[in-house]
Amino acid sequence: MWRHFLSGLWKDNPVLTLMLGLCPTLAVTTAVTNALGMAAAACFVLVGSNVLVSLLGRFFPKKIRIPCFIVIIASFVTTVELLMKAFRPDLDKALGIFIPLIVVNCIILGRAEAFAYRNRPLASLLDGLGMGIGFGIALLILGAVRELFGAGKFLDIPVTTAFSGAPGAVMEPIGLLVLPPGAFIVLGLVLAARQAARDRLKERSRRARFGG
Amino acid sequence: MEYFATFFKVSLVHNFVLSQFLGLCPFIGVSRRRRDAFGMGFAVIFVMVMASLVTWAVWRFALLPFGLQYLRTVTFILVIATLVQTVELAIKKLSPPLYRALGIYLPLITTNCAVLGVAILNINDFGSVEDGLRSFTLTAVQGLGAGAGFMLAMLFMAEIRERLDLLPLPKAFRGVPIAFICAGLMGLAFFGFAGFVS
Repeated sequence: MWRHFLSGLWKDNPVLTLMLGLCPTLAVTTAVTNALGMAAAACFVLVGSNVLVSLLGRFFPKKIRIPCFIVIIASFVTTVELLMKAFRPDLDKALGIFIPLIVVNCIILGRAEAFAYRNRPLASLLDGLGMGIGFGIALLILGAVRELFGAGKFLDIPVTTAFSGAPGAVMEPIGLLVLPPGAFIVLGLVLAARQAARDRLKERSRRARFGG
Repeated sequence: MEYFATFFKVSLVHNFVLSQFLGLCPFIGVSRRRRDAFGMGFAVIFVMVMASLVTWAVWRFALLPFGLQYLRTVTFILVIATLVQTVELAIKKLSPPLYRALGIYLPLITTNCAVLGVAILNINDFGSVEDGLRSFTLTAVQGLGAGAGFMLAMLFMAEIRERLDLLPLPKAFRGVPIAFICAGLMGLAFFGFAGFVS
């Protein structure tokens, strides 16, 4: 049962391996706080829609199951939208249009179709949670790199004078990283690092097997 | 002038792909070959304009008068999904050559966040404009501009990627990672337009 949860974290990480949900990943990772807010919202929708789809899936006529999934997902997204407007207006403003756009996040529809539709509620819940946290991990990596090097802060707290713009700072923050082009470049580098790590692991296991 | 500024702003200054991060999946997924990028770009322009107009009408005549603004997300995604299906069927019947060119890209567009994105942006930007005709025209122009900007970015990306395939790159960077880095550099170049519109 736990493997459903674990696979989403790293091996089948939705962003870094499956390349799904890229738009919010790049858009909201200017700061760690925004990244965490987005991850929490997406995780809530993912778990909710996964459980509901696996409970109600058998009642959906096969041909129109995708629209049914979309309605379920959209209801959860609307819930998140209204909750966020009510309790965290600052976060709502920072994430802006990307909260309603969770509807078209391919991770969520993808999990509903590929997993929740054919599995039991508990497995679907764990799968949704794993995928949601995996999404959060990717957002956190990007958000941390961009905020730390782009603004010299972490969670809005200035980190050491070394990276802040303060007098006597060792290094000026690289302002480019918090701008839109910086997001593309950081994601490109992170994906390259992941690909390199995977190749190295594969090489090592091949050597271990053949004793080369 | 206002219309021109809107078009310019949404297609170049705030380019949907390179500065607003909308529609990245097709941008990376379908930009391997020039022909595919062209077809996808046309399909997106077409659907974006149609979706802008239809969602504008739904907002103005169905949601706003009855105070149902909170149903925006649900209605818009359903309207867009229905629209794409209808367009696909209509093109198939009316113009087989066009269907052969665009057909395979249309289903992919339903989950393209750029289409829902432009619909929501239209409402945020122009939904509360009093003058109905002006609000409608601005919406149409924004839809067209967003699509044009998307197509421009797609075409550039396809050209770049066709050349990247021939380069001796480090193994880890091959494929998607280097495509993202190129997109970043392209976005940097697009920053040059930033001063034009406030």
